[in-house]
Amino acid sequence: MESRASRRRRISGAMLHAFAFGSGAVVCLVLALIIGYIFVRGIPGITAELLTTQPSYIHDTIGVLPNILNTLYIVLVAMAVVIPLGVCAAVYLSEYATNRPLVRLISFAVETLTGIPSVVFGLVGMLFFIQMMGFSAGVLSGGLTLAVMVLPTIISNTLESLRAVPDAYREGALALGSGRWHMVRTVVLPNALDGIATGCILAVGRIVGESAALLYTAGFGIVLNGFMTALQSSSATLTVALYIYATERGELTVAFSVATILMVITMLLNLATHTVSSKLGEKEKEHE
Amino acid sequence: MNSFDVDILNLWYGDNHVLHDVSLGIPARRVTALIGPSGCGKSTFLKSLNRMLDLVEGVRIEGSVLFDGQDIYAPGVDVTTLRKNVGMVFQKANAFPMSIYDNIAYGPRIHGVRKRGELDELVERSLRDAALWDEVKDRLTKSALGLSGGQQQRLCIARALAVGPQVLLLDESTSALDPISTEKIEELVSRLKRDYTVVMVTHNMQQALRVSDYAAFFLLGDLVEFAPTERLFNSPGDRRTADYVSGRFG
Repeated sequence: MESRASRRRRISGAMLHAFAFGSGAVVCLVLALIIGYIFVRGIPGITAELLTTQPSYIHDTIGVLPNILNTLYIVLVAMAVVIPLGVCAAVYLSEYATNRPLVRLISFAVETLTGIPSVVFGLVGMLFFIQMMGFSAGVLSGGLTLAVMVLPTIISNTLESLRAVPDAYREGALALGSGRWHMVRTVVLPNALDGIATGCILAVGRIVGESAALLYTAGFGIVLNGFMTALQSSSATLTVALYIYATERGELTVAFSVATILMVITMLLNLATHTVSSKLGEKEKEHE
Repeated sequence: MNSFDVDILNLWYGDNHVLHDVSLGIPARRVTALIGPSGCGKSTFLKSLNRMLDLVEGVRIEGSVLFDGQDIYAPGVDVTTLRKNVGMVFQKANAFPMSIYDNIAYGPRIHGVRKRGELDELVERSLRDAALWDEVKDRLTKSALGLSGGQQQRLCIARALAVGPQVLLLDESTSALDPISTEKIEELVSRLKRDYTVVMVTHNMQQALRVSDYAAFFLLGDLVEFAPTERLFNSPGDRRTADYVSGRFG
């Protein structure tokens, strides 16, 4: 004979289970609907013409090649700046800095920067790179702004993976007479590489998906430009192009196609992150 | 002839005075064991001999440590050269996650050996000296992390030998190993003293008795007694030494 208390426990347990299952199901459903909807509306619009041409008023056609390239350019500029800067900063903080309060202050600043809305980075980027430095709105200002935006991501990821390198390796290298930089280069950095790579891929993902900060700094140009020209001329990335086609041009099909392209890129980047970090996991197991 | 002459060495971690007026001479081409209960300062003393304590924050050192007649704490001393001459093997094997070959070649490369032939020769000689060559000669390009714990520790010894030191410091280097690996390393140490000065920290009294020629007994930061091992164990000059080596505390 089941007691009342235990029956109540059984029923509340079953209800919680059902509720948890329901929440999970709703989340999956919403995700599937969004992804499905975007793909259904976007895929038909993806044609060779869309992917390989620029918009033409004469032929009345639309192509997003310039935007694909602009996205690529901005990723290149931002990463070219942020990887050396962020990795070096993290190496300094982890391997050289001896002033504890300073390290804590910088770590705190880095964490705070991570939380600032990107639109604020855009505003500051516009004021600094365009008004003060005198650059035009374009890939250069946009890329630099985004470099600042993802700098904390790179620093904190690199820092984390540097700190995961066992101190025994450092001691071993120093005991053989290695200088500090030689130790960092030959023992510490190679062992942190996977973590650093993961941080970089995450950063690329944020850059590809960013639009707010670019509205002010990279501009709305949808003309095909080479890299050098694009640096200093108005260049819309895929996300900005999505905004343009959806709100200003009323070309919803194109907007959905761009959304599809963005989603595919995001998925590929996620896949890359997983591959790199599962490789990292394997290596950690090896160390044990 | 002494490798080290330590004179009135005092050492603090912050406010914690961990070595008090330690003075001793460590004979060259002999094995000297540092013994004593945990926290007695023997590991700290060992690390003061190749300035590994430079890495620890808040360390203050007074007194002098002469290596080959030169004060290693004098300004302008090149720590790289010091550590080339005074190699160290740690408690836990710390083979780098690279190939066996690259592990051994790591030190020589720091000190400017670049030629492939020269490196090959050094790698083979160091591995032979560490009694590891026969076990690894066919897998030099494989990761060092694939070796057993005892092999990794011998690899670390080989790595330390490869830079051509005069002294080898062993910081409880067998404490994490099984008896067979321990025996191999002890045999190795006994052979190494022909060419090297060995200073080893050990918690294992039998080990100290088996392999060392001299022993220094530390207690609470004091060097209580330093004597030929045989004498220190059989007719210690200090009551505390007698109590410790006979297993009454520790």
